[in-house]
Amino acid sequence: MKSINNNPIIKVDNLVAKYGPKIILQDITVDIYPNEVTVILGGSGCGKTTLLKNILRLIEPYSGSIKFWNEEVTTMDEYQFNEKVLNRIGMLFQAGALLNSISVKENISVPLEQHTKLPEDIMERIIRTKLHLVNLDHALELLPSELSGGMKKRAALARALVLDPDILFCDEPSAGLDPLTSLALDELILNLKHQLNMTIIVVTHELASINRIADKIIFLDNGRMLFAGTLEAAKASGIKAIDTFFNAENH
Amino acid sequence: MKDTVKYLDNSIFLSGEINIKSVPDISEAIDAIFKKEKPITVDISDVTYLDSAGVAFLESLLDKIKTYSKAAFLQGVPEALKPILKTFSSQDIPLKESIPKVGLFEYIGSKVVDTAEAFHQLLIMAADVFYWAFVGLFNRKGQRKGSFAQQGVNLGVDALPVVGLLSLIIGFILSLQSAAQLRNFGANVFIADLLSISLVREMGPMMTAIIVAGRSGSSIASEIASMQVSEEIDALRMMAINPIRYVVIPKFHAISVVMPMLVAFSILIGMIGGLIIAVGYLGLSVQTFVSRSIDILIMKDIIVSFTKSIFFAWIIVIIGSYYGFSVKGGAEGVGKATTNSVVASIFAVIFFDAVFSLLYL
Repeated sequence: MKSINNNPIIKVDNLVAKYGPKIILQDITVDIYPNEVTVILGGSGCGKTTLLKNILRLIEPYSGSIKFWNEEVTTMDEYQFNEKVLNRIGMLFQAGALLNSISVKENISVPLEQHTKLPEDIMERIIRTKLHLVNLDHALELLPSELSGGMKKRAALARALVLDPDILFCDEPSAGLDPLTSLALDELILNLKHQLNMTIIVVTHELASINRIADKIIFLDNGRMLFAGTLEAAKASGIKAIDTFFNAENH
Repeated sequence: MKDTVKYLDNSIFLSGEINIKSVPDISEAIDAIFKKEKPITVDISDVTYLDSAGVAFLESLLDKIKTYSKAAFLQGVPEALKPILKTFSSQDIPLKESIPKVGLFEYIGSKVVDTAEAFHQLLIMAADVFYWAFVGLFNRKGQRKGSFAQQGVNLGVDALPVVGLLSLIIGFILSLQSAAQLRNFGANVFIADLLSISLVREMGPMMTAIIVAGRSGSSIASEIASMQVSEEIDALRMMAINPIRYVVIPKFHAISVVMPMLVAFSILIGMIGGLIIAVGYLGLSVQTFVSRSIDILIMKDIIVSFTKSIFFAWIIVIIGSYYGFSVKGGAEGVGKATTNSVVASIFAVIFFDAVFSLLYL
């Protein structure tokens, strides 16, 4: 698949990430294009989540450059980063990361209360719409502890979508979900891409999910990037680690 | 074991099952052989079963032979046992790199550096908290609606019973111990002065702070640590919300208001405890006790008490938050952070109480 837009929305150059003296990511160079689902994949412990957290500066990169909409973010202060980047993105964490002490409704209202001055009735309407979008209408007043794993993820997705972000990051959205819930979540991701022109970056190692949603893939192996490109090109690349990964499905 | 282990012409012949149960006995028998002989070959053609302990034993045996012989042979491996030998073999596993031993001075040095770094981080955190607490007085953005009142109830109202009960007991003990001595000198009436000064200047603020550090400091540390572990703090950051503003500042504001009230409550209840002894044991009148207790106090005592209570409250919140945010690991990390926070808060409270006592003697 060819990119619709040739200007990358996120540009990562020579990113190096370290935990103490240990190098986790080495010279990662990645371009992420708008209106595409880019999947970061690789085996467990290869640095997928670390890459995501470095791009979002949840972990400060050791070296390298990260640009969102052509603006370098590694040198931005917290205020600039919030205003220019975080207010335009949504993030779905692996276990949802809902605030446990408040209800689903209050969780979803957090970004609205903090970043908008909308009247309460409008907020309520937005919250209900987003919950409906993730098929979770009945969970409005429930506490996160009363939700199943899949419901938590969907509620967290509703929260990530509440400010209509341009980019959505998902950290292992299908992990620990049954195939049907996983399928529903993938369909939702595809809907967001098609209907809202959202750019979506997904970290996963679920082959079925990758095959369903990926436009582009970034393949990591032991902290190094082995491949970046379309799914079809990856499968035809002949790179041994990638072949092994995709062939695991047939075994 | 003699039937299982035999020795002939530089060869050890093993038979039967070599498993996790039989290895210790076989090993003992082999050691006895090694004392007299130097075998080169291990024959396992009569071995019927091997498990991972058996394979580990055989490999260790061959390694032992290699210490004096250039070669060690394992012969007669039955076909049925070959897959087991292959699966459990440790020959291809790289040897663990030995971790260089850390010398005493290196250990002390690294601890000093770590402590200095932690203290540095604590100061940065304190500066952040003070900055946002000040900003938060005028701009409630970044805080959840109703969180101040909710925290006020959690940190203040809910602590009243335990603070009250302990203060009553402390007042009771303090006056009981003093009363026995004062009575010997006929100085019964001074019990009021003694209690009033000690409770207002020292025991009230310090004991309340220790109780609050144990009760609320631990809850602050564990709450933040749990949020950190379950990525809730990261989620707040991703929503462009400053976690200190959202999580810590409501607690900071609430505890700054409720702590002086708790201290005042503690002093009052402590004095009631003392009053019971003064009236019941020393025969003082209620009126004398109350009037002397009030008369002896000067404004400086009240100010010192008030200042201490707020200062201790800030220490508890900042230390609790610091340990909460710097948690590492999962559930175990949360427990450690909580314990460390309580120990550090109580230590800091007592330390700064001593500093205050020196400064405002």
